[in-house]
Amino acid sequence: MPGFIPEAAAQAADARPAPLDLVLRVNGTEHRLTLDPRTTLLDALREHLHLTGSKKGCGLGQCGACTVRMDGKGVKSCLSLAALVEGREITTIEGLAQGDQLHPLQAAFIERDAFQCGYCTSGQIMAGVACIAEGHAGSPQEIRDWMSGNLCRCGAYDHIVAAIQDAAGATGPARGG
Amino acid sequence: MTTALIGQPISRVDGRRKVTGAATYVAEFQAPGLVHGAIVRSTVANGRIASIDSSAAQQAPGVIAVLTHQNAPKLAYRAHKGAPDPGIGERLHVLQADRVSHQGQPVALVIAEGLEQAVHAAMLVRVTYAPEAAITDIARAEPVPLTPPSETRRGDPDGALAAAEVKLGQTYVIPRENHNPIEMHATIASWDGDSLTLWDKTQWVHNVADEIAAVFGIPARNVRVISPFVGGAFGSALRTWPHVTLAALGARVAGRPVKIMLSRREMYYGTGFRPHTVQRVALGASRDGRLGAILHNGDQETSTYEEFTEALLNATGFLHSCPNVNTRHRLAPMNVHTPTYMRGPGEASGIFAIESAMDELAVALNIDPVELRLRNEPEQDEFRQLPFSSRSTRECYQAAAERFGWSRRNSEPRSMRDGRQLIGWGMATATYGAGRAPASAMARLLPDGTAEVASAASDMGPGTWTSMTQVAAETLGLPIERVRFTLGDTRLPRAPVHGGSITMASVGSAVQAACRKAREDALARGGGTNDVTEAMRRIGQPVEASVDSTPGDESQRFSMHAFGAVFVEVAVDPDLGETRVRRIVGAYGAGRIVNPKLARSQCVGGMIGGIGMALMEHSVVDGRNGRVSNANFAEYAVPVHADAPPVMDVIFVEEHDPHVNPLGVKGVGEIAMVGVAPAITNAIFHATGKRIRELPVTPDKLL
Ligand code: FES
Ligand code: FES
Repeated sequence: MPGFIPEAAAQAADARPAPLDLVLRVNGTEHRLTLDPRTTLLDALREHLHLTGSKKGCGLGQCGACTVRMDGKGVKSCLSLAALVEGREITTIEGLAQGDQLHPLQAAFIERDAFQCGYCTSGQIMAGVACIAEGHAGSPQEIRDWMSGNLCRCGAYDHIVAAIQDAAGATGPARGG
Repeated sequence: MTTALIGQPISRVDGRRKVTGAATYVAEFQAPGLVHGAIVRSTVANGRIASIDSSAAQQAPGVIAVLTHQNAPKLAYRAHKGAPDPGIGERLHVLQADRVSHQGQPVALVIAEGLEQAVHAAMLVRVTYAPEAAITDIARAEPVPLTPPSETRRGDPDGALAAAEVKLGQTYVIPRENHNPIEMHATIASWDGDSLTLWDKTQWVHNVADEIAAVFGIPARNVRVISPFVGGAFGSALRTWPHVTLAALGARVAGRPVKIMLSRREMYYGTGFRPHTVQRVALGASRDGRLGAILHNGDQETSTYEEFTEALLNATGFLHSCPNVNTRHRLAPMNVHTPTYMRGPGEASGIFAIESAMDELAVALNIDPVELRLRNEPEQDEFRQLPFSSRSTRECYQAAAERFGWSRRNSEPRSMRDGRQLIGWGMATATYGAGRAPASAMARLLPDGTAEVASAASDMGPGTWTSMTQVAAETLGLPIERVRFTLGDTRLPRAPVHGGSITMASVGSAVQAACRKAREDALARGGGTNDVTEAMRRIGQPVEASVDSTPGDESQRFSMHAFGAVFVEVAVDPDLGETRVRRIVGAYGAGRIVNPKLARSQCVGGMIGGIGMALMEHSVVDGRNGRVSNANFAEYAVPVHADAPPVMDVIFVEEHDPHVNPLGVKGVGEIAMVGVAPAITNAIFHATGKRIRELPVTPDKLL
């Protein structure tokens, strides 16, 4: 909230950054962008590429709604500057399904009613895919522990865990690590 | 002929959009030429703005305008009060004067080409204040009666309390809590001449149009509000808050569409909260456990400019049988922004006090808590002297107790253990009103055998998209995939506010009536067939019906509420003082359940919310200046995956209520939050022998 930033800090931040040209690889497509260097990956996706499936719930790395996969790992896109992730392979919720064929976890979310408002859902699914891929879906308790960075204010946790278990079963036992 | 769809556990019709990222929330709409707004907020809780220097901000790259009270257009601010607005007082006017009444009040608005530019330039606006003494701590505030005073009395409560064989009196405290939907509030405003389009996060599109029209002094028909998906709200999007006005104001000045998305921190200063509440409960009873007296007082914080009231003490009048009852509700005006309804408003807070006190009485009398409630089960609403339209408390106690295994409970505190963990079992009663408001809907049958059905309702998560489609398809006699329901746009028939668990009762009744009429019209014109698809093929053109559906006098003849019972098992670590909820079983008598799959989601969601209320949630207000010192998700703890109990059980008891509304539904969204916190604190007492009367029960309180 701007009013609360100490004046000195605000003055120090009064730089005049020149726009940056960069290329982002998102869901297998290269996008050329000219961005304010302060633009986060999340804002680049939402405001500039209009890939609004990744959600903003805090912008502070505290809610997980912005979770995407970067080079195969789950990351919070609000914590990365777009300029620092050039060349990385970024997958968002829009890139998860194969055409009309939903990813097993997407299908399991619908079947288990693992959401209500749906605003945390992209992040839960992207984190859930990582949870399974990285071998942490071995038990409900392990899933709960690994998914705890993704808040759901609608309280769909019970159903999200069930959906991840279903999908982990469907994509084969991924226990390991 | 019709397929039964009402009552079926159908998956969400909007599910595919939500899991693929294709559901468009309001901040995600495209408007050509869109620019961004950032709000500068006051850093004092009371006083006047002495000076504003926006020259540095004006010169910052990308800045289009900086608006303050010195240069902002004067707004009409015509009188308008929607149902969620406090009846007494006047809403905050933004950028109209130098007066500051609370910390975080908007004092300037920066419009810039880019989001980063707007946020940065907002930091460059320099504001000085002439601060005045502020009251931001309810302990130092002076509670005063509501306007008009809210005090009820039946029998002789003071005399009965004095004469009671057993009595107790305690104070119960609920701190301020914030809704914290994961989607932050956002508005996009776009003017076309004198017409305004708002994409706004709201639980009531028509009320946004009415309010913004009043603020700008234009006809409400000139304002279109669009809000198809709402990323949670829990009450925070009932009212039309100042940032909506700011977005429209900014767009007018900039001559371009403006988007404002609040930061998480701003959500603690401009979208309401559950008020800090201090309640005093005194109970008098006979030794065999019959209530003789209930005295229940409640004081709550409100702002200096509006009297926010919720139904804090209503349930006290009818939840348990008692001949002598006194309730008194007061408000403490403070330098805060106006609180608002938060999930289970009134009941969630009031019943925390009553159901905690009932548990204390059960302990004092050495009577099982369920048995104590059964001994005080009323035959009618003793406050309004009306029969209940239906009341399934007994069935709820029984069903939940049985599922929970309550009969195996050893009533002695600290008697149950699992290794080093202290185990506690507790329970509480829940209730929430079953209301209904006027609603309109349109149903249009098409020659190809599909239908379009619409009402300007909202769906903040309960599944309005889906449940209305079910009601429509069943009533029309069409397969569900041939019916498209639309909501969230003021161009559609008017719906009431999406809150208070009235959506299914109100909009559902309208949808049902419109669909019934469309079907009857089609069959009447369809040449004798009883198959609506065949009839439409023969008619060869659309058949449309619009219906305004209004409640009758049932609420005058019956006391109408959903009831429930919540049973909880906690484990308390005796060394760390940490409480974990291990099991939670809720049974609800909520009339007809339109979609048990979605209703279960609502109920487990409410239980998770109740765990937050009981164990974690607390907006910590710095009493010196009214700042919320934990205004973020790292420090305002909400339940996470790891806090979800491994066992969550939801039971809907059979309940047929022929009086409440045509569909016989009562709604579950609000009641799901009620009763959870006292069930948990009662379980904590059973586990530890410690009675915690001030929420949240953080480890420090148990050590
Ligand atoms: S928006 Fe990135 S963690 Fe909340
Ligand atoms: S579904 Fe609403 S926040 Fe998770």
